[in-house]
Amino acid sequence: MCRTDRVPTAGILWLALVVIMFVARSIAADHKDLIHDVSYDFHGRRMATCSSDQSVKVWDRSENGEWHCTASWKTHSGSVWRVTWAHPEFGQVLASCSFDRTAAVWEEIVGESNDKQRGLSHWIKRTTLVDSRTSVTDVKFAPKHMGLMLTTCSADGVVRIYEAPDVMNLSQWSLQHEISCKLSCSCISWNPSSSRAHPPMFAVGSDDSNVTYGGKVQIYEYNENTRKYAKAETLMTVTDAVHDIAFAPNLGRSFHVLAIATKDVRIFKLVPMRSDRKESTSTGPTKLEVQIVAQFDNHNSQVWRVSWNITSTLLASSGDDGCVRLWKANYMDNWKCTGILKGDGSPLTSSSGQPTAMSTIVGSSVQTSQNALNGMSAGR
Amino acid sequence: MEELDVEPAITNIPAASDGKHLGFAWGPGDILAYETLYMAPGMCRHQHKPLSMFSHSCAKGSGCSFIHEVRKDEDIYSPILRKLFNESHHIFVGLQTIREDLPSKNKKTQFVSISKNYRSVIRACMEELQQVAASVLVLQVSILLAIELIWNLCEVLFIDAAPAGPLLLHLLDWVRLHKGDVDEKAREVLQSESPAEHHDYWDVVVSYVLQGRFEEARQMLVKQATLQPAARNMYKLMDTLLSKMPFYNPGGTQTLTEFDVKWRHWHEEVDRCLQDNSFASNQHLEIICKILVGDEDTLLEHKELLSTWYHFLVTRLLFCHPTVKPTELHYYAQSCMTMFLDLRSVPEPLDSILLAAFEFDIHQVIKDCSIALNNWWFVAHLTDLLDHCKLLQSHNLHFGSNLREFLLLEYASGLFTHHSLWQLAVDYFDNCPEFGHVYLELQIERVPLDTERKALKVLRICEQRQMSEQVRSICKIMAMRALRNNRLGSALSWSIRAKDAAFATLISERFLQDYCARGTFSDLDLIDNLGPAMLLSDRLTFLVKYREFHKLYEENRFSEAAKLLLSLITAKIAPRSFWMTLLTDALPLLEQKEVSHSAHCALHCGFGHDLCFSKHT
Repeated sequence: MCRTDRVPTAGILWLALVVIMFVARSIAADHKDLIHDVSYDFHGRRMATCSSDQSVKVWDRSENGEWHCTASWKTHSGSVWRVTWAHPEFGQVLASCSFDRTAAVWEEIVGESNDKQRGLSHWIKRTTLVDSRTSVTDVKFAPKHMGLMLTTCSADGVVRIYEAPDVMNLSQWSLQHEISCKLSCSCISWNPSSSRAHPPMFAVGSDDSNVTYGGKVQIYEYNENTRKYAKAETLMTVTDAVHDIAFAPNLGRSFHVLAIATKDVRIFKLVPMRSDRKESTSTGPTKLEVQIVAQFDNHNSQVWRVSWNITSTLLASSGDDGCVRLWKANYMDNWKCTGILKGDGSPLTSSSGQPTAMSTIVGSSVQTSQNALNGMSAGR
Repeated sequence: MEELDVEPAITNIPAASDGKHLGFAWGPGDILAYETLYMAPGMCRHQHKPLSMFSHSCAKGSGCSFIHEVRKDEDIYSPILRKLFNESHHIFVGLQTIREDLPSKNKKTQFVSISKNYRSVIRACMEELQQVAASVLVLQVSILLAIELIWNLCEVLFIDAAPAGPLLLHLLDWVRLHKGDVDEKAREVLQSESPAEHHDYWDVVVSYVLQGRFEEARQMLVKQATLQPAARNMYKLMDTLLSKMPFYNPGGTQTLTEFDVKWRHWHEEVDRCLQDNSFASNQHLEIICKILVGDEDTLLEHKELLSTWYHFLVTRLLFCHPTVKPTELHYYAQSCMTMFLDLRSVPEPLDSILLAAFEFDIHQVIKDCSIALNNWWFVAHLTDLLDHCKLLQSHNLHFGSNLREFLLLEYASGLFTHHSLWQLAVDYFDNCPEFGHVYLELQIERVPLDTERKALKVLRICEQRQMSEQVRSICKIMAMRALRNNRLGSALSWSIRAKDAAFATLISERFLQDYCARGTFSDLDLIDNLGPAMLLSDRLTFLVKYREFHKLYEENRFSEAAKLLLSLITAKIAPRSFWMTLLTDALPLLEQKEVSHSAHCALHCGFGHDLCFSKHT
């Protein structure tokens, strides 16, 4: 007989909100210096980490959820800023970019059966892209329907788009486009939409701190006729340094959504204004109407990263307040912070240098907000 | 009513809190967090020293090198919740198939029945959770309790939509269902040596009365009556009053007005007993009499037994206004809540939600539940059911969808990250006409293709829905994986399924290279049985035909072999690299007597032609 007498009263439902997430597992990454980027592969079964220790590590997740480091190797002669996976249609391919002014492409080689048994794999460098004269700040693959295309942006203000025409030969890459953005670039994001209705589009953010140069975000669009990328829009209202930028996955919408990490978190809506497609093809990129959807300054100062989850139902941001914040829109398109990840001041220390995965269920070490316990509905 | 506003939850990460940043990476169903330091580029652009000199001490093996996997707490009890998800999925799919053209009376019965099904699934889940003794589950049980309470009320008010008369009876049932401790206490009392002298005896009696359970109250009172023979008349009087209280009978012939008249007569009779001081000498019976007459102060004196304002509400209605109309409910609800709750205490989310229900503000109920409960399962299924009952007006949302779809998409998206529940999600997406398809396209691609069996399962789902791009992509991924692991046969079947001519060509070339290197073919079964699929690419066709040639030769069917070889040469689908091989293959044929004279000539011509051809290219 099910006991139904304990109907929730004082504060229970408030507590329901407080315990939403917990640390399920802590993995000793064993990098010898700061980790700058962690990237899941397309299916979420592998991840890559890169660090100031100049190496990249690849981790595989086993069926029981444990992570094992299957490769660790030196990739650059400077801090590695970002690492990213190509779509699995192209095989197991990684790209990395570094302070050493280069970007590199790596491919996994299926090794001898001994290696497989020991759970190791080898990655070999397929190419080094040396065109940049300064630190390469971001590296991203273009949406897969465009083929195997890699984009880099650098502190020298240039965005470079490379293509590997033969997917089976990853040592051949050609520089297809070199786009000068005039301001030093810190981040790029491709519009993931693969719909025929939208030509390829990407956004570039600049971390130039001179506020007199307006427009720290530029949107570029591919023109079928000129076979070149042309600037479609500059977001003039973004005048502070931009550290990260992310297009949301498109879910059948006619407009684009772009999140920006600058001195606050900003979400823009870009609405294509298209009178008649037949007319506009040769006259240049689509006109975009820019609307700001939300702006959050909870991080107190600079926001360094923004990223959408896979279904674009949640946006995460990381800022100077040392927190990661999660943002969500309700069905009326009102955005709210729905969760915060925060360092508790007691970092873990590993006992040895071995990169093993530790499963620690840190369970209910959740900080309850004093307001919540008192049952007051706070204004935030 | 003002919007429910709540603080976002804070999850602690075992990482430094001062002077460091927290990096993150989204994964399927989780988010990774790690200590890092983001720097303004100016600092690193001009530096020649390694960056580590500027970070806080990040020595070997220190805390900065941990990556923390952060998940939603549902994962802790997901094995039990899984049943909830599975069974409710079944109910959901059944609900979608209810025909539009059924008369509304039949539909209503079905909807009520479906609502009850959902609720029984919730209760089953609660029961299981209660059996697992873990502190963290107490919370989840409480959440499910709240959900069931709210759902039940919604069923009474919205789906069953009882009119005045039956409404109160349903509300009584609702309260009784959620106040099970009365029965427990009663059991304890009855099992004692002398129930009438048990210290909880009167609490039980009063509780029964408060819940309108007069039969049981009367049975309990009999025990007391036998102990106090001197007060026998008083107890007889009380028993009469209790037995004569009219309850509306929905199935009967009595109209509501007639019932009301009868009830008022009874009410007057009880009042007379009070005025006559009939129970003055027995404080307990006096209290019960006051309750029967609906005296608010007396009711409020029993806050502990009532325990909630909504119990107080239903009890008050029972004894003051049993013919309450649905439209009058909110007035009573608001005043009861005010009277019951302390001046100090602020309404909890549950209170707001129930109040919104009594006000028949369905949208507010759903909105508040979405915020307060952080549990998409509940709002998604309830809203879907209410939508089928045509109780939701379509709000125009910013991207043209509606509330029902929004919630179902949220819920199903959450399911998709689960290693086995993702298949349930497909049905939910299928029933979201606006965006279900595009959500499915996006998420099904991410299902890890751990085994061929799983890949085939995913493919079947995509093929059934004409998701050709996803089919192609999945097949390509599998083909690529097979090729990298040198499983040519598997790679070939996948690229054929992907209709990827270029890849099929590539793999065929590998087969041919293999043949040249080793002199034998691999995966003969596959190649021999391709059928029309071989036409996908020229190279593939050549491979199949070439193999066929070899088979004919081995079977000593030289004449056919020669013809085939000839056609291969003339059709010009042989790769250049293979011409020498073909020539070499032809030589033994020329020696065979069975090869007809014309074939001989043709072969010679063919070669001549070939050699000519090769000279000019």
